[in-house]
Amino acid sequence: MLGYLANRLLLMIPTLAGVAVLIFFMLRVVPGDIVEVKLRGDGGQVTQETIEAERTRLGLNQPLHVQFVQWMVGLATLDLGNSMWTDRPVTEEIGVRLELTIQVAIMASIVAILVAIPLGTISALLRDTWVDYVVRIVTIAGLAVPSFWLGMLIILGLLYYANWLPPITYTPIYVDPVANISQLIWPALAVGYRYSAVVSRMVRSSIIEVMKEDYIRTARAKGVYEKLVVSRHAMRNAILPAITVIGLEFAFLIGGLVVTEQVFNLNGLGKLFVQAVSRNDFTLIQSIVMLIAVIFILSNLVVDVVYAWIDPRIRYGGR
Amino acid sequence: MPPTSSAPLLSVEDLHVHFVTSRGVVRAVEGVSYEVRPGEVLAIVGESGCGKSVSSLAVMRLLAKPAGRVVHGRIMFEGVNLLELSDEEMRERRGRDISMIFQEPMTSLNPVLSIGQQLMEPLFIHLKMTDVQARERAVDLLKMVGITDPERRLDQYPHQFSGGMRQRVMIAIGLACNPKLIIADEPTTALDVTIQAQILELMKELSRKLNIALIVITHNLGVVARYADRVNVMYAARVVEQGTADDVFHRPRHPYAMGLMRSVPRLDRPRGEKLETIEGLPPNLLDPPKGCRFAARCAFKADICEQDPPLDEVEAGHFSACLRAKEFVAGTLAPAPAKRIEAAARAGKDAAPLLSVRGLKKFFTVARKGGLLSTQTSEVRAVNDVSFDIAPGETLGLVGESGCGKTTIGRMVLRLDNPTAGEIRFKGEDIAHKSLNDLRAIRRKIQAIFQDPFSSLNPRMTIGQIIAEPLTVYKIVPDAKAAAERVAELLELVGLFPYMAERYPHEMSGGQRQRVGIARALAMEPEFIVCDEPVSALDVSIQGQIINLLENLQRTLNLTYLFIAHDLAVVRHISDRVVVMYLGRVMEMADGDTLYAEPLHPYTKALLDAAPVPDPTIEKSRAARALKGELPSPLNPPTGCVFHTRCPLADEECRRIVPEPREVRAGHHVACIKV
Repeated sequence: MLGYLANRLLLMIPTLAGVAVLIFFMLRVVPGDIVEVKLRGDGGQVTQETIEAERTRLGLNQPLHVQFVQWMVGLATLDLGNSMWTDRPVTEEIGVRLELTIQVAIMASIVAILVAIPLGTISALLRDTWVDYVVRIVTIAGLAVPSFWLGMLIILGLLYYANWLPPITYTPIYVDPVANISQLIWPALAVGYRYSAVVSRMVRSSIIEVMKEDYIRTARAKGVYEKLVVSRHAMRNAILPAITVIGLEFAFLIGGLVVTEQVFNLNGLGKLFVQAVSRNDFTLIQSIVMLIAVIFILSNLVVDVVYAWIDPRIRYGGR
Repeated sequence: MPPTSSAPLLSVEDLHVHFVTSRGVVRAVEGVSYEVRPGEVLAIVGESGCGKSVSSLAVMRLLAKPAGRVVHGRIMFEGVNLLELSDEEMRERRGRDISMIFQEPMTSLNPVLSIGQQLMEPLFIHLKMTDVQARERAVDLLKMVGITDPERRLDQYPHQFSGGMRQRVMIAIGLACNPKLIIADEPTTALDVTIQAQILELMKELSRKLNIALIVITHNLGVVARYADRVNVMYAARVVEQGTADDVFHRPRHPYAMGLMRSVPRLDRPRGEKLETIEGLPPNLLDPPKGCRFAARCAFKADICEQDPPLDEVEAGHFSACLRAKEFVAGTLAPAPAKRIEAAARAGKDAAPLLSVRGLKKFFTVARKGGLLSTQTSEVRAVNDVSFDIAPGETLGLVGESGCGKTTIGRMVLRLDNPTAGEIRFKGEDIAHKSLNDLRAIRRKIQAIFQDPFSSLNPRMTIGQIIAEPLTVYKIVPDAKAAAERVAELLELVGLFPYMAERYPHEMSGGQRQRVGIARALAMEPEFIVCDEPVSALDVSIQGQIINLLENLQRTLNLTYLFIAHDLAVVRHISDRVVVMYLGRVMEMADGDTLYAEPLHPYTKALLDAAPVPDPTIEKSRAARALKGELPSPLNPPTGCVFHTRCPLADEECRRIVPEPREVRAGHHVACIKV
C-alpha cells in the first residue's frame, strides 16, 4: 500500500509538469497583458515609456524561454512569485481564500454525504413507491436549480422569516467557530443540495444494481436479516461509484464556486480566480491553476485509496 | 438406494408461480408437486425456462419481487406451510433448515467480504455462536469441503479462490448450520469436468453422512444418473415425468423424457451416425398451447393430446403426464427403434493437410504489481509448442478444461491473436506471419462460429443485415438484390426461413441464433470453420439439432472443422480425430474412436472417468475416482510435465522432463513418459 501511494505521488510530477507547461503557453498566446489593464484600463493616458518600464519591472519583456525557465524553476523550488497586480506573494493571496474555500467544500461534502446516502438508499429500496417518487423529484430539482439562485433564496428567506443575515466578514473557524459556521453553513447548504442530488442519484442506481446481484440472493438464502443484507452486503459494493462522484465534485468546488461566492459575498478562491483572469495577472492565474490541478489529483488519489480500503480486489490486486 | 417410506421432509403441492412482465403474465410453474425425504437426492431436470429454478426459489421464498409470486399451492416443510409464514419466520428457516447453493460460484459470493465473514454469518445469526466458536466451526467446515490451510483461507477474499474452490465455499456455507434440506441449483454447470466430479462427489458424500435431503437442479443427465435417487423431469412449467432414476432413465414413460435421453451424445455407447433430436422449440409460456404442451414436438401425438394431461402413476412410484403413457407401459406403443446406425469407420485421410500447425506458441505478458514506477511482468504460456494437421473434409476436436489454451489456438488460426512463435499453414501458405492485408484473401476461406449466440450477434442489426455484411464487404455479390437472395438461400441452408431476415437477434431463440451464426460463417463460402464451443450454451435437445446441421453442412459443402469444446461426448460425436490439451500443451492426439476406447494418457483417462454418462446403472456401480487437486495457474505452471501435480502415475522423473508427444501407435500420439 505504501509503495502504491509513493508510486502515485511520484506520478503526480509529470502530470503537474504538463499542466504547468500548458497553462504558461496558453496565457502567452492570448494577446494583451496585465500592464495595459493596470495602467490603461480606466482609459488613463500613460506614456509608452511608463508601460515599458512596468513591463520590465514585472519581467514581461524578457524572451519567452527565459520567462518559462523562471516559471519552471520557481515551481520546482516552490517559489510562485508575487501577484503582478498587488505585488504581494501569490501564496499569501491564495492562502486566505483557500482556507475559506476548502472549508465550504468540506462542509458541502458532509452535507451531501449525510443527505445523499440515506436518501439514495431509501429511494432504491422503496423503488417505484411514492417515497421514491418524492426523492426523485427532489433530486432532479437539485440538479436543475442553480446553486447561486438557491443561495439568494436562502438569504431572502433568512431575512424575511428570521430577520437576520449571516455575517459578512470572514472569521476563521479557529478564531470563532460560531461566527464562522453561521456564515459558511448557508453557502455549504446551497452548494450541498446540488451535490447531494448528484450523489444520491448515483447511490440509488448503484444500490438497485447491486440488489440484483447473485451474492445478495446468497445472503438472503443464508437467512441474513434484511437490514444486514442492505448495510453489510449491498452498501459496501454500492458505495464505490458514489465515492468517485464525491471525489470529482469536491475537486470541482475548489475554484468552481464563482457565482455562489458572489451571492454570499465570500472572498473565496473562485472570486480570486476570476479577478486574476480579468486582470491578466499571469503569476496568479498560473498558481491557481496549479493548485486546482493538485487538488484534482489528490482527491482522485484519496478516492482510489478509499476504493482499495473498501474493495479487497483492488487491495490485493487480482483478476 | 432411496430410503424407504419415512415421512417426507418437504412436500410441494400443486405449486403455481406467475411472473408479471410488461408483455403479460408468464406462468412459470404450473401445478408442480413433489416430495423429498431425509437423506434422499432428488434431481429436477429440464431445459432452460422450464421452471425448475423458479420452483425451487419459490420453496426458499426468494422469487424476484415484485414480479414473481406464488399464486396457488402449498409448500409443506416439516408440517409447516412455508407460504404462510411471516417474512421473519421464513428468514429464520433459511440457512438454518433449508439452504441453497447457486450456479455461479464467481458471482454468488460477496466480493468485498472475506470468506470467513461470509461463512460465519449464518453461525452468528442462527446459532448465536461466539467469535471463537464460529471461527472453529468455520475451520471445520472448510476442512470438510476439502479446502487446505483453512485458517489462512478464512481471511482471504473470494477473488483469491478459483471457481471450484468458491463452489466448495458455497457448499460450506450451505452446510454451516446443519440444514435438513439443501437445494443446489446447477451447482457444477460453471465448473470444469474434473472439478465437477469432485464437487458432486463431495455433496453426495456429505448428504449421506449428515442425512441431508438434497434437491439438485440440473440439465446434465449424466449428473442426474450419477447422483439422483429420484428424478423430476420438467417441461414448459410442468412436471411431465417423475420416478426413481432407474425408472426414468431405463423406462421413460413420457415422450419428452424419451427424446431427452436419446438426444444426448453418449460416451458409453458406440457413436451413432446422427444424433436423435427433438425437433422444434418449447412453447412460449406467455401464451402456452392448450392440452399437452409437448404435443407440437411429439412423435406420438394423437387427438386425445388436446386435453390437459394429469401426472398419473403409471407404474408403482413412476408418474407420467402423457395421456398415452399406459400404451408405453403395455408395450403397444414404443418409440421407433433407435436409429443407431453405427458410424462408418472413418477412412484415414491421406490427402495433404488443409491446415497444418507446427510448434505454435502464444505467451501473454501480464503486468504484476510493481514498485516505484516499475512494473514487473510475468508470462502466461497459454499455448506452448502445439502441432497438429487437419485434412480436408475432416473434423479435428480440441478438448480440455478451461485455461488449457484451446480457444487461444482457435483465435490464432483466425489470426485474431498473433502467435508468439510457430507456423500455421493453410493450404501450404504460412498465415501466422502474414500482414493483415495479405490475409484478406485467405480470411474468406477461414470462418468462425462462436459460443455465445446471445452476445456475438449485433443487437441493432437485423438477421439479414448480419448475414449480408460479409457479402458486401468482400463484394461476393454484385448488388443488394443479389445479397438478399443469397441471405434467403443461406437461411434455408441452416434450417431457418427466409422471412426471418427481417428479425432482430432478440426475437430469436438460442438455437436459432446459433443457426444465424452458422449462416454468417457460410456466407463467405469458407473451406475451413473454427467452431469455438458452438453448442455449449444450448439446451440438450437444441444442441443435437445444431450438431446434426454442422455435420450435414460438412458433407454437402465439403467443409473442414476445428471443433473446440469441453464436452467430451459432443467432441467424440463430431470429430474424426481428437486433440486433448492441458495447460497449453497437447497431452494426447488420436483417432476419435481410438482415443475414447483406449485412452493412453493419464489425463485423458481422468477426463473420461470424470464425465458422468446418462445411465444410473453404470454410474452407480462406478467407484468415485475423481481427479485430485486444482488446475495449476498458467502463470506459474508446474515444471516438467505440466500434469504431474495431479497425475496418479507421476514420479520424480516427471517433475524434470517435459514429455514430447510421440507416436505410440499409428496416428496415436501421447505426451507422457510413463506410457
